[in-house]
Amino acid sequence: MAEIVKINIDGIALEVTKGTSILDAAKSVNVKIPTLCYHEDLCVAGNCRVCVVEVEGRKNLVASCAAPAEQGMVIKTTTPKVRRARTDIISLLVSEHNTQCTTCYRSTNCELQSLAAEYNVDSERYLSVLKPNIQVDKSSYSIEKDDSKCVRCQRCVRTCAELQHVNAITVAHKGRDMKISTFMELPMNEVVCVNCGQCVTHCPTGALTERRYYHEIWEAIGDPDKHVVINTAPSVRVALGEMLGYPVGTRVTGKMVTALKKIGFDSVLDTDFTADLTIIEEGHEFLQRVTKALKHKEKVALPMITSCSPGWVKFIEHMYPDHLDHLSPCKSPHQMFGALTKTFYAQKIGVDPSKIVSVAAMPCAAKKFEANRPEMKSSGYQDVDAGLTTREIGQMIKQSGLDFVNLPDSNYDSYMGESSGAAVIFGATGGVMEAALRTVYEVVTGREVPFKNLAITPVRGLEGIKEATIKLENVVPEYSFLEGAEVKVAIAHGLKNARVIMDQIKNGTSPYLFIEIMACPGGCIGGGGQPIPTNDEIRKKRIAAIYAEDEGMPIRKSHEVPEIKKIYETYLEKPLGHKSHELLHTHYKKRNRY
Amino acid sequence: MENLKRVDLIFGAYTNEKYKVLESTLKKSSEQIITEMINSGLKGRGGAGFLTGLKWKFTAQESEPTKYVVCNADEGEPGTFKDREILTKVPRKVFSGMAICGKAIGAKKGYMYLRGEYQYLLPDLMAELDVYHEHAKRFNHDFTIEIRMGSGAYICGEESALFESIEGKRGEPRNKPPYPTVSGVFSKPTVINNVETFVNAVMIMKYGAEEFKKLGTSDSRGSKVFSISGDTPKAGIHELELGMTLADFVAEFGDGDTKAVQVGGASGFCVPRKKFNETIIGFEGVPTGGSMMLFNSSRSMYNVLHNYLDFFEEESCGQCTPCRVGCQQLLKGIHAVKKGEKPSSYLNQLLQLSDTMKITAKCGLGQSVANSFSSIVENFKEEMIY
Ligand SMILES: Cc1cc2nc3c(=O)[nH]c(=O)nc-3n(C[C@H](O)[C@H](O)[C@H](O)COP(=O)(O)O)c2cc1C
Ligand code: SF4
Ligand code: SF4
Ligand code: SF4
Ligand code: SF4
Ligand code: FES
Repeated sequence: MAEIVKINIDGIALEVTKGTSILDAAKSVNVKIPTLCYHEDLCVAGNCRVCVVEVEGRKNLVASCAAPAEQGMVIKTTTPKVRRARTDIISLLVSEHNTQCTTCYRSTNCELQSLAAEYNVDSERYLSVLKPNIQVDKSSYSIEKDDSKCVRCQRCVRTCAELQHVNAITVAHKGRDMKISTFMELPMNEVVCVNCGQCVTHCPTGALTERRYYHEIWEAIGDPDKHVVINTAPSVRVALGEMLGYPVGTRVTGKMVTALKKIGFDSVLDTDFTADLTIIEEGHEFLQRVTKALKHKEKVALPMITSCSPGWVKFIEHMYPDHLDHLSPCKSPHQMFGALTKTFYAQKIGVDPSKIVSVAAMPCAAKKFEANRPEMKSSGYQDVDAGLTTREIGQMIKQSGLDFVNLPDSNYDSYMGESSGAAVIFGATGGVMEAALRTVYEVVTGREVPFKNLAITPVRGLEGIKEATIKLENVVPEYSFLEGAEVKVAIAHGLKNARVIMDQIKNGTSPYLFIEIMACPGGCIGGGGQPIPTNDEIRKKRIAAIYAEDEGMPIRKSHEVPEIKKIYETYLEKPLGHKSHELLHTHYKKRNRY
Repeated sequence: MENLKRVDLIFGAYTNEKYKVLESTLKKSSEQIITEMINSGLKGRGGAGFLTGLKWKFTAQESEPTKYVVCNADEGEPGTFKDREILTKVPRKVFSGMAICGKAIGAKKGYMYLRGEYQYLLPDLMAELDVYHEHAKRFNHDFTIEIRMGSGAYICGEESALFESIEGKRGEPRNKPPYPTVSGVFSKPTVINNVETFVNAVMIMKYGAEEFKKLGTSDSRGSKVFSISGDTPKAGIHELELGMTLADFVAEFGDGDTKAVQVGGASGFCVPRKKFNETIIGFEGVPTGGSMMLFNSSRSMYNVLHNYLDFFEEESCGQCTPCRVGCQQLLKGIHAVKKGEKPSSYLNQLLQLSDTMKITAKCGLGQSVANSFSSIVENFKEEMIY
């Protein structure tokens, strides 16, 4: 039994479980204490000291995020002593800061800015101790790091270490020189950073941002010589609204398509199309490996692991370079899209591929790096010219001056605009697995997945590692060797959990045949390019929106999408065929651990 | 020198036979040892002055079976060099003290965290450690000691930063609670004491709490090893009974022109001449980890403060806002006032800032910057301005 303690916060008497932080206790009675280094997703650091409160009988103030409530505590959150100290602390942060809000990407969504405004701090109070000559690190295709905007809260460091187990960024030096740095202070593009962007979504200020490419895209749109195509990922449509006046969890698919058309994209297409294609390719790859292993007793790498999350792909390249053969050879959906845009699509609409600019609207920072991988040129050109984050798309829509809320809905253009509900759920953790099972099950048994309303429930939800077992019975003759087999699958999201899965594979103890891994907690809906903030409450609402979108789709299985059937008939010939290998598959690279 | 009693407890004879006190103490029960320690009224010699017996008791009470003893030999406080002397002269007493603590709390492992600059002491300490381990084995006392070298960062002397450092992490202080007695090194219940504290524990075991209590005052039991430096003809290590007034101290160690004494190093207090009579050295007055720096009238207190702030600005771990930025502001601020770039009233704002640091900083370092800052600025205001 958890022990209960009685405390009093600002005159409100309450009971909480022993060990609850004062901050959480206050939240439960709607007393809001300001914070900066605190983040729901992370362990408590207690280093900014913005959240200090007064506890009766103590000389010193206590950091409410880090201090547990104790029996009989009388807590005051807004006494003059507290306010003076807080104002002092915020003033100190400002005195160390390159306060350039007018030109800062995080302006209006910056925690330091709102604290400073809320406490109306006097910028003249202290002398500036901003370090001179701080260079912005723009070496990475995905992440920009500007130490002059850093408040040293270490949220990024904790994110990279705790959620992602990457440790690309760390604290360096001490005292006045303490800063966030990398191994040997190397530039971001030379360290193990997997470009997931989680540090960006967890950073309270403009110190870490995604590298932006939308200026170039505006230019291309304005160039009459260019044909600019954009495809939008499933998780963008359930999060974009947050930046444009909608509550969390609102689906804005139709308005988003309209807005992008009005902005001037020549064609607005759906990444879901290639998500469906991924399912067909990956599903067949999986069946091929299983057949080889179980029927022909050949040595193949099982479990097979999904490869649609480029942050995850770079992670395995760095951390488990000897196990790359477990990765599905399929490109991520938007890279398939890019390759097809400059080949199949170009042919269809009769435009010279050199004039096509292909843009991917993504929840992700890693796709920027991925687009620039040297191997991603199967069309003969750079397949994807730019990956934009949900945030950049939101910014473009704001810049366009459109009255987003009052826009009518539109449908995606074609070709490559048609898709299934199976593709939509790619956006949530477990979605790829569920989508694949919908198809694989049917191929093997000749029947629809028997789950109520198509949902394969154990694969859904925010648990770090999820498992499911699917029993195959009454299979079609081709797969008779699978009769009665129990297929064990697993889903992991957040690279910390990926490590658990990979260590099992490394030790030869993995009980699974097929694994889905997403770099970001919650999957793409919690991606590093999504609106800030992101936390579990928000993730859940975005996930709910994803599944609602799926349920509203007339087609919910990838192999039933007419355009998908057609592209195999007219262009790709067959899954895992020659053209697929050329355009839809890729290979991986062993990288160092540092 | 009748008001000032020299003592020879810490450096005095151990016993003729090696580890004799340890051997006899091991025959006592854990409760007996702890009761004796509590009765002695010994307070920690590392600075904070917590009752050592209570610390041991709290740790002994924890139900977690794995516990640790840690000896803080990081000695980084400017002007302090007494632990070095103790480790050079009587390492046997230090190891005995740790081993006795191990018995009292039920720990099987101890760490000594040795200041990086004291690397040269290592061969001798290791040799003595072999002797210790031999004897422990003979006494059937399952308690081993390992020496870990510090990295040269002052902050690693702070107990929780020290634990992080032993664990191989960056030396950053942790949030408290939990306190070390509940969750210390490797998140296990831990007693951490200063080198001198462990020596005192041995001497209490040797002579008994009653004998020990005859030294010092009711708030400050025992004697203390002082590191005396600055404008004094008698710089060096001196063991004195606690509870003397600063006037008596200056009469013995001053050069006849002492204008101020910095008691307790950079994180301690500066006492001006006019307060020498009323100031008692001890936990009832101004406590010290041992450092006593004397300044005569040729010294600029602005320079003294400047040096301290320079030190803090660099030695702060940098994690928390009030300390990291506060130290920079204090330093930059007194500079600006001195140069006339800020009005003298700015000193009041800086005093308020040092107060904010005191009540909001995460650890003792940031909290204690105000000690020297306010005591120097308030007592030597003219020197700050002109
Ligand atoms: C910044 C800082 C540095 C410290 N350095 C030392 C040190 O070098 N040696 C020491 O014994 N205690 C030092 N302390 C005190 C320790 O945190 C701790 O209180 C002490 O080791 C407890 O031992 P005691 O009870 O025997 O004094 C330091 C504290 C702070 C805040
Ligand atoms: S990080 Fe925040 S406070 Fe700093 S310039 Fe940007 S918006 Fe302003
Ligand atoms: S992008 Fe991801 S891997 Fe890179 S530093 Fe940020 S959190 Fe770490
Ligand atoms: S980069 Fe951002 S998250 Fe990291 S310490 Fe600086 S302000 Fe905090
Ligand atoms: S007070 Fe100073 S040394 Fe202590 S945690 Fe804060 S920054 Fe680090
Ligand atoms: S939010 Fe509590 S110390 Fe930063």
